[in-house]
Amino acid sequence: MKPWNNKAWLLVLPTLVLVAFSAVIPLMTVVNYSVQDTFGGNRFFWAGTEWYEQILNSDRFWAALWRSLLFSGIILAIEIPLGVFIALHMPRKGVWLSVCLVLMALPLLIPWNVVGTIWQVFGRVDIGLLGRAMAELGVNYNYVNNVGDAWVTLVVMDVWHWTSLVALLAYAGLVSIPDAYYQAAEIDGASRWAVFRHIQLPKMKRVLLIAVLLRFMDSFMIYTEPFVVTGGGPGNATTFLSIDLVKMALGQFDLGPAAAMSIIYFLIILLLSWVFYAVMTRHDQE
Amino acid sequence: MARITLDHVRHAYGTPRQESDYALKEVHAVWSDGGAYALLGPSGCGKTTLLNIISGLLRPSEGRILFDDQDMTDLPTGKRNIAQVFQFPVVYDGMTLRENIAFPLRNRGFPRAETEARVAEILRLIDLEGMADRRARGLTADQKQKISLGRGLARPDVNAILFDEPLTVIDPQMKWRLRAELKALHRRSGFTMVYVTHDQTEALTFADRVAVMHDGRIVQMGTPEELFLRPEHSFVGYFIGSPGMNLLPVRVEGGEAILGEARIPLGPHAEIPPGARTEIGLRPEMLRVGREGWPLVPLRLEDVGRRKILRAELYGHPLAVALGEDAEIPADPRLDFAPEALNLYAGGWRIGGGRIP
Repeated sequence: MKPWNNKAWLLVLPTLVLVAFSAVIPLMTVVNYSVQDTFGGNRFFWAGTEWYEQILNSDRFWAALWRSLLFSGIILAIEIPLGVFIALHMPRKGVWLSVCLVLMALPLLIPWNVVGTIWQVFGRVDIGLLGRAMAELGVNYNYVNNVGDAWVTLVVMDVWHWTSLVALLAYAGLVSIPDAYYQAAEIDGASRWAVFRHIQLPKMKRVLLIAVLLRFMDSFMIYTEPFVVTGGGPGNATTFLSIDLVKMALGQFDLGPAAAMSIIYFLIILLLSWVFYAVMTRHDQE
Repeated sequence: MARITLDHVRHAYGTPRQESDYALKEVHAVWSDGGAYALLGPSGCGKTTLLNIISGLLRPSEGRILFDDQDMTDLPTGKRNIAQVFQFPVVYDGMTLRENIAFPLRNRGFPRAETEARVAEILRLIDLEGMADRRARGLTADQKQKISLGRGLARPDVNAILFDEPLTVIDPQMKWRLRAELKALHRRSGFTMVYVTHDQTEALTFADRVAVMHDGRIVQMGTPEELFLRPEHSFVGYFIGSPGMNLLPVRVEGGEAILGEARIPLGPHAEIPPGARTEIGLRPEMLRVGREGWPLVPLRLEDVGRRKILRAELYGHPLAVALGEDAEIPADPRLDFAPEALNLYAGGWRIGGGRIP
């Protein structure tokens, strides 16, 4: 019997075809646009690295990138600890667990533009519950013309929308810890903090890694919600990379620079995700 | 170090509605200071429940736990000063081996110098000195269990050390070594040790006194010899020994046990409760096959190394006899035994023995 043959390629083929059509070919189209100039009518002129240079030299791109990074940083700093905290305090069994799981799953089930609409209305100063309540309490809150208020609204909205994902992942990590660990810790006289630090946190590490990666990628690519709530404003204060990209591609019809920006955007996400992954798994290989 | 008293302890998981809801039916026992005890019984007999009640991981539904004369029933685990080693190894992955073993000492605020000396001693004992400063992740199951054992043994001032089938995951050679080490450690340290197992060899070699558990009760507590020669309950006879005790149903009449045509003289015995099943128990090791006695129908002979097990029938009842390596079975074999070999059971409990002339 032959120890190996080429039949395995047949098994990989369906996946290759699927990935080719769903990822590789569309991506190559973008690459195609990013190195050429077009005025419609299917006529293209070679542009080389011109668009890339233009993007990397524009203040507008760096400002949007900085806003995106700041947004991701803030929501990670809030959602990860908050999610872990919620998971630690969730009931372990019984009716309340089911109630808890359903309540937490709810925000995850709402379409993104609906989430945006909910918060857009919720925060409005004229008719929104939050906006009106704040006004009645004498707080000067208006996400339409105040930069800080716009950011707070978007951050709170994202926390409301996605913290339960982190909490559910962390909870899954927690329930997989065998009882024997808690019993041993009790025998060893470990404090509540020591139990968290030496048992729960190490056991949750893998799911937290996934949570951090998911939340980073999602928040760094966020488009729908801020588009619906603030439309990138006031001014450009909440114009994240994704919003800027759409403005450039569809608003100004600058397909070449937009394509170059897409590729840079993609590489940044790839790079940062790899860095997160490498840092968080390095511990395991020691 | 302390004497442990279990005062009519009963336990049910959930709310008990009937007797069978109790995982622990009733346990009343005293374990003296510095003894090595084993709790022996099949899976599900309540061994682990009992152990967790002693360490305080469970609060008994009824009854009290005393260490010396102090009532511990309502004290949490942390205040009981007990060490416990579990069936499945627990190591703290993020710490080094050294930190793992120091953990219970640090949590209780032992002075640094004392902790270090103690940890070094334990590492030598479990033979992991060479790996002391590497992280505890990625170890084999028996290395992990050695660390768990080490953590259990680390504190010098515990009231008792409880072992819950600690050697299950350890490979056979290491098992023998660790068991001998534990025994030696017990002699040196004088800790009260309670060792839970379903393996009779483990129980009988480790412990001075073995408590055999069956269906939520301790059916007998005694030295290995007592358990072998005078099982107080037919379960003990059946569970200890390989093969276990032969149990033959008999009728008791006029001081004799009647089995087919055999009339076996009995010694004085307690009154037989009405309706109770009466049996005689005979250890395979204490039976003789020769030309005298009751007719035996041999079925087959099993060779188990140093000795042979004869499977046979006595008046239609199956019976095992342990024979020497080169014992011969005559053409018309007959079964005989000394009166001391016989135990009489009624309703499972021993009520007497053979008539000793």
